[in-house]
Amino acid sequence: MNYSESETKAKKFAVPESFIACIVVITLVVSLGIAADSLAFGRRTIIRIGINAPITGDIPKVGEGTKYAALMWLADIEKNNGIEVNGKKYPVELVIEDNESKAESAVKANTKMITEDEVLFIVGPQSSKQAVPAGDVANNYHTPMISPWSTNPDTTSRRPYVFRGCFLDPFQGPVLANFITEEFKFAKAAVLYDVSSDYPKGLAEFFKQAWEKSHGPGSLVAFESFTTKDTDFSSQLSKIIKSGAQVLFVPQYYNEVALIVQQAHELGWQGPIVGSDSWGSAETVNLCGKDCYGQFFSTHYAAAGAKGATKAFIDRYQKEHGYVPDDVAALTWDSLGLVRNAIENCGRITGRIKKDREAVRDAMAKIKNFNGITGNMTFTEEGDPIKCAVIVRISDKGEYEFYKSVCPE
Amino acid sequence: MQLFLQNIVNAMQWGSFYALIALGYSMVYSILMLFNFAHGDIFMVGSYIGFGVATALLGLTAAFNLPLPGWIILVMTIILAMFLTSFVGMFIERVGYRPLRDAPRASAAITGLMIGIILETGNLALLGAERLSFPALIDTVTFQVGGIYLTNKKILIVVVSLALMSALHLFIQKSKYGMAMRAMSYDFQAVPLMGISINKIAPLTFAIGSGLAAAAGILYSLAYPVLDPYMGVLLGWKAFVAAILGGRGSILGAALAGFLLGFIEIFSVWIFPSTFRDVIAYSVILLILAFRPHGFFGQAHSTQLRL
Repeated sequence: MNYSESETKAKKFAVPESFIACIVVITLVVSLGIAADSLAFGRRTIIRIGINAPITGDIPKVGEGTKYAALMWLADIEKNNGIEVNGKKYPVELVIEDNESKAESAVKANTKMITEDEVLFIVGPQSSKQAVPAGDVANNYHTPMISPWSTNPDTTSRRPYVFRGCFLDPFQGPVLANFITEEFKFAKAAVLYDVSSDYPKGLAEFFKQAWEKSHGPGSLVAFESFTTKDTDFSSQLSKIIKSGAQVLFVPQYYNEVALIVQQAHELGWQGPIVGSDSWGSAETVNLCGKDCYGQFFSTHYAAAGAKGATKAFIDRYQKEHGYVPDDVAALTWDSLGLVRNAIENCGRITGRIKKDREAVRDAMAKIKNFNGITGNMTFTEEGDPIKCAVIVRISDKGEYEFYKSVCPE
Repeated sequence: MQLFLQNIVNAMQWGSFYALIALGYSMVYSILMLFNFAHGDIFMVGSYIGFGVATALLGLTAAFNLPLPGWIILVMTIILAMFLTSFVGMFIERVGYRPLRDAPRASAAITGLMIGIILETGNLALLGAERLSFPALIDTVTFQVGGIYLTNKKILIVVVSLALMSALHLFIQKSKYGMAMRAMSYDFQAVPLMGISINKIAPLTFAIGSGLAAAAGILYSLAYPVLDPYMGVLLGWKAFVAAILGGRGSILGAALAGFLLGFIEIFSVWIFPSTFRDVIAYSVILLILAFRPHGFFGQAHSTQLRL
């Protein structure tokens, strides 16, 4: 029912005609308004939030962290009897879909959640491999989506409906290159990455650009690749060791990190191995063991040494699930916090999903200085937050220790 | 030169897995004239059984306070896992292949694919998608010989693989069952008339092939200690390539081609940019097949088991 349209009609009637006609029309409009309202109340608008996560597939630990963080967020909302918009509380439901860590399944999951489940907002997918294609679907259907963990620029680029909860690869590449230069004073670096996956490939190239910019062409002495599911890297690593590189950059996920680091040591590599935020899973150290102790990686937050709200989240997660949450869980938590903030400030929930999606998207884009557990966030026009990166050192006990914070200039 | 030798060492290790898995394909083919496409997944099951056995043995030694050295546990793990996995192979033969023995070959081939999917997803349902870390039964010792880095594990893998292949060779050449298998591969129709039951030889073939796959699985897990339910898929396909390249049904050919495949993959990374590895490696194999369409030891009209 469109309230304002009827009102203008009422005015047209009222001016030339008698007072009674005016009253009749007003009564009609008011009663219709009440009817419409009670109709909407009868339907009881439920806010559905879609979660697109890799529950199975290559990185199940990432899916688990996503799910646990989302369920904790839901528990908080249920304690509050729903999300309050414009003085009214709306109940919230989660729709959790498994994308099997595959691009096609992530696209399918998004389409299903948008067209069948009528979700208001989608959180996920996590890795860029799925977030880049899935973001396209969300944008085409004008459904707001936030990927908590995808650092590839293509995820949000020219997509007004797609946001992210973390910094980008073009930022992480130079940060790591500068960190290595300042920390170790090295001049020769090598990269080993998966050429068939968006995230490592993008990051490897940004690192290469940044490194060659500060050390001159030819200073990146080996730029070697492999493909997903490979387990033997001996040939690439032999080449890298022979090239005289002083540091090895490995922007891979945890299962490959374990194999690469162990094999590098078996082939006689002695320099440091530096990674990106994809190392941040709790599984990295479980699978890699002592070989990963003392290595560095850049990430979104460090669990050891956390304070305030971050510590409260870590303690609660640890109590419920028995281990320290990794960055995926923390970023998912923050992304859901942003979603809640956007819904609360979207003005009004009409119950008509297309209109509500627009309103929430606009509210999301306007968020300034959101105080998250992974740092303060303000969205740029592209839907990317401005925030700081953390350099973490894996301690001799296998814990992720805060080492240094690097902020964008 | 140093890099060349280092890559030979790398290729020996990598080729061992292809060779051991390719043997299983070849043996089944020579008896039943079908490729058991579930073989890569039997390799995966073997690794998981190895993981279970190793964990159980470690738990037992800890519980009874027996200070058994790691290598004894490793040997026990390999033997027990080979034994248990051979039953998995026999079970697959009994429920999957025997009912289809007279069916069209295509039906039997898709049976293998389906069993493979059942094993993968069954494992996923049973143990979840989380990666398992294979226990380090022996400490890695790295040593350097003339600039080449070797580890005790690499040597162990290559030595055990070669020993298993030699044992298989002896078994097929010298034992009565081996003779029966050779006869069966020579003539599938006539041999049963001589009193050799296909229902005995087929399960035996599956048992041996699966046992070898389990050994490959444990050796593989020593070198690459991250287990996942899909670990056998790609390796199985590539080992299948090796089995064809060696000549269908040829045991020696499968072993040689397995090593060759490892060498081609490793050396194409060394010589060319690593991005082109599989493009180059498999173009080379296509080229070899163009000149030898029946593989190294295969023959046009025979499925003879040659050694």
